[in-house]
Amino acid sequence: MSAHAGRLPEVAQVHWRPRADRKLIAAQGRRWTASTVAHVIPFAVAAIVLFALEPLTFPVGLAALAHAWLIPELYADRGARVLRRQLRQDPLAERTAAGLLGDLVGHDARALHARTGLVTERGSYGTWLVGELGAVLLPAGGRRAYCWCVAVDDPALPSGDRIAHLLLALRADEESFATIANLTFSGATWRLRRRLPAPAREALDAARAVAARDAG
Amino acid sequence: MSRLIRMDRTGHTTVAEWTVDDPASVEAAVAAFREQLESGHLAMVSRGEGHAEHVRELPLDEELVILRRPIAGG
Repeated sequence: MSAHAGRLPEVAQVHWRPRADRKLIAAQGRRWTASTVAHVIPFAVAAIVLFALEPLTFPVGLAALAHAWLIPELYADRGARVLRRQLRQDPLAERTAAGLLGDLVGHDARALHARTGLVTERGSYGTWLVGELGAVLLPAGGRRAYCWCVAVDDPALPSGDRIAHLLLALRADEESFATIANLTFSGATWRLRRRLPAPAREALDAARAVAARDAG
Repeated sequence: MSRLIRMDRTGHTTVAEWTVDDPASVEAAVAAFREQLESGHLAMVSRGEGHAEHVRELPLDEELVILRRPIAGG
């Protein structure tokens, strides 16, 4: 996949955004981590200081620690939403769409889609896991996940078609795809994994295995 | 026989079929292609695993051309 192939026309809708590339994506990840730390540290410090000053304030400290734990979990949950599946609609349409999607991907991706409703795709920025509502990027190594919210604006489309829309756009121009999409979470893959239903976990594990192989 | 298909709520619909040695079918396919683009669809050609191309003219030598709707960040 070429990151610099013909640009997607949808990029014009977000002309103010810098073009996404590997460096920009990594910088977004660092900013996300810094932002999360900036949210978490004050609660953790407050809990420690309160307990040091007055041990009887421990309930308040526990509440502060709960906040420190909850904030990254909420972010991860927001990221996990891009891999959620919509309600199935017309079964015939779903089968037809799955057939077209199956023609676009290889055997392994087709089998994974049948089990999980998600498709893995190797890109130049890493391994993508594509769903109906967006995609997760796992750069080489697979330890960090970037969750991108991006979709076709037609809720009546069957699941396979929604994924095929994203897959074709991603394959045509990965750079445009990552520019158009909105980053909803960047952080540890294990944190994202905990927020996913079992089928999506399986798909994430498969994508992580590919990303880990690519790092080796 | 080449096909122009549109992803829609039925899964997909064949919009046009053509063979390069049948000028009438080519003309009809080109007209249908332009009509779909004017209605806001984007045309893609799959180049095998990992590759696809956005096309603005109907590639007559391709077996399958897929029409999709624009995507946007949510």
